[in-house]
Amino acid sequence: MRKNLRPGSFRTFAIVAAVALAMLASGSAHAELHLDITSGKMEPLPIAVPDFAGGAPNEVQLGHDMAQVVAADLERSGLFQPLDQRAFIEKITTAQTQPRFGDWRIINAQALVTGLATMQPDGTAKIDFRLWDVLAQQQLVGFSYKTTPQNWRRISHIIADAIYKRLTGEEGYFDTRIVYISETGPADRRVKRLAIMDQDGANHRFLTDGRSLVLTPRFSPNPGAQEITYLSYIRGTPRVFLFNIDTGQQEVLGDFPGMTFAPRFSPDGNKVIMSLATGGHTDIWTMDLRTRQAVRITNSPAIDTSPSYSPDGKQVVFNSDRGGTQQLYMMNADGGEIHRISFGNGRYGTPVWSPRGDLIAFTKIEGGQFFIGVMSPDGSHERLLTQAFLVEAPTWAPNGRVLMYFKQTPSDARGRGGTTRLYSIDLTGRNEREVITPQDASDPAWSPLIP
Amino acid sequence: MRLKAFCLLAAVSILAACSSTPDTAGGAAGGATAESGIRAGSQQDLVAQAGDRVFFAYDHSDITPEGRATLEKQAAWMKKNASVTVTVEGHCDERGTREYNLALGERRANAVKNVLVALGIPAQRVSTISYGKERPAVVGSTEAAWAQNRRGVTVVN
Repeated sequence: MRKNLRPGSFRTFAIVAAVALAMLASGSAHAELHLDITSGKMEPLPIAVPDFAGGAPNEVQLGHDMAQVVAADLERSGLFQPLDQRAFIEKITTAQTQPRFGDWRIINAQALVTGLATMQPDGTAKIDFRLWDVLAQQQLVGFSYKTTPQNWRRISHIIADAIYKRLTGEEGYFDTRIVYISETGPADRRVKRLAIMDQDGANHRFLTDGRSLVLTPRFSPNPGAQEITYLSYIRGTPRVFLFNIDTGQQEVLGDFPGMTFAPRFSPDGNKVIMSLATGGHTDIWTMDLRTRQAVRITNSPAIDTSPSYSPDGKQVVFNSDRGGTQQLYMMNADGGEIHRISFGNGRYGTPVWSPRGDLIAFTKIEGGQFFIGVMSPDGSHERLLTQAFLVEAPTWAPNGRVLMYFKQTPSDARGRGGTTRLYSIDLTGRNEREVITPQDASDPAWSPLIP
Repeated sequence: MRLKAFCLLAAVSILAACSSTPDTAGGAAGGATAESGIRAGSQQDLVAQAGDRVFFAYDHSDITPEGRATLEKQAAWMKKNASVTVTVEGHCDERGTREYNLALGERRANAVKNVLVALGIPAQRVSTISYGKERPAVVGSTEAAWAQNRRGVTVVN
């Protein structure tokens, strides 16, 4: 589906010209366009995203729609400032030739995205895309995709990811999905449904009908596995289930003598780690999805829950009240060497290991407020990113640079207020944004990049 | 589930009616008087004779002296209604994380069950379920509401 642009005769010329210009530019000590996303102090990069060019009306429409999705992705990241199309001077009619850089420099664009949508005789669409450094007057990245026209949103996200990666040096996260719990009704009779959507809110659909209470969905890390693990009250007893997104099939996981909850997949996707509560004790167990063998990992009279694997699968972070109040603990994947890592004031819960392995996100409760924060796996460098009456359940974008969580407002005795919504925030603590959902929403889980 | 919710709702309306206007309690129970209209061994009967719930302190699961008194009445009632089995629901307020609260609710339900069993009720007559913070009894983000939501509720099966 995706291939680097091969040098055709015309393209070769354009690329060679771009390279030549780039070499000229480098002579003038112009720094290559690069966004440092770690400082948290940068200004958004002005970027021009004109409609992708097209000839026939359906190509023009497709080109317009794709540019909108690309620009919206980039804008929401907080790292880019897509410029108003009405300021554009040059009308892009092809992705093949060099733009008139002067026309883009004069409106202060530092980067320019050009594209071309061409419907093929076989009914597929060919999408050409290029990213240009306006000041250095060079092409930074260029791709060509052939796909079914229905796939245009995904291709747009893939293009946005390519732009993000080229300019930040980090993997993008736009070609991803969110599974979450959609909520309706009053707090004492809340109806909760599994729902899934693209990371930008498009292609929303419900996966369950709301007849039984469902909570805490999490994606399988397996590429293409399309599986979710979550908690359902469907047969009275709360139990961990697997859900196949493609087939809609639900399956209870294991036959445990009590409530199972707080499930997460292991990084290789072969196990689910979860809690089992019996007789007032909550311990951590794993179940191998291939052999269906259940293994007890912790064994204490305390509450041990919310386990999350390190990306290498060798360690597990979880929360426990074994020391008196709810705190974060680390252990080896087999349950050995349990030690506490959170020592700040307050209670700590819902630890989630970053996909990069460098940080653990958590929910903190202190002084009547809730916080979302991050700390190093050894418990040092605690940093709180956001604070509210109730914020909970961080989930990582696959690049480990953005977190999503839910925020609930307080309600009065008549049930006014109490809204629950999804938000995303940069690891720097900047760019907190509501993630728009059709109804109230909680328990978000970010998918890996779609293969 | 839905039936239980209805029973609870009915129980609550009876309670409310009892505390304010005792004479009309029969109306809430469906046209019968409070004394004669409540079927022995029903949820309404449990509520009227013993009380169906006990309350907990924040992030705690120990039974208070008031709770202990309620559970003694519940145990006596269960002995009188020997065919009845119950499910103890453990609930939490909204001031904790969801998964921890599921565990805490289970611990509270078991704290209730353990007292009933210690008072002579066979363990197989008492099952437990946790709802964590998912099913508050009272809506509102106030200490008064939270205090009523940190509860163990005995529900006749």
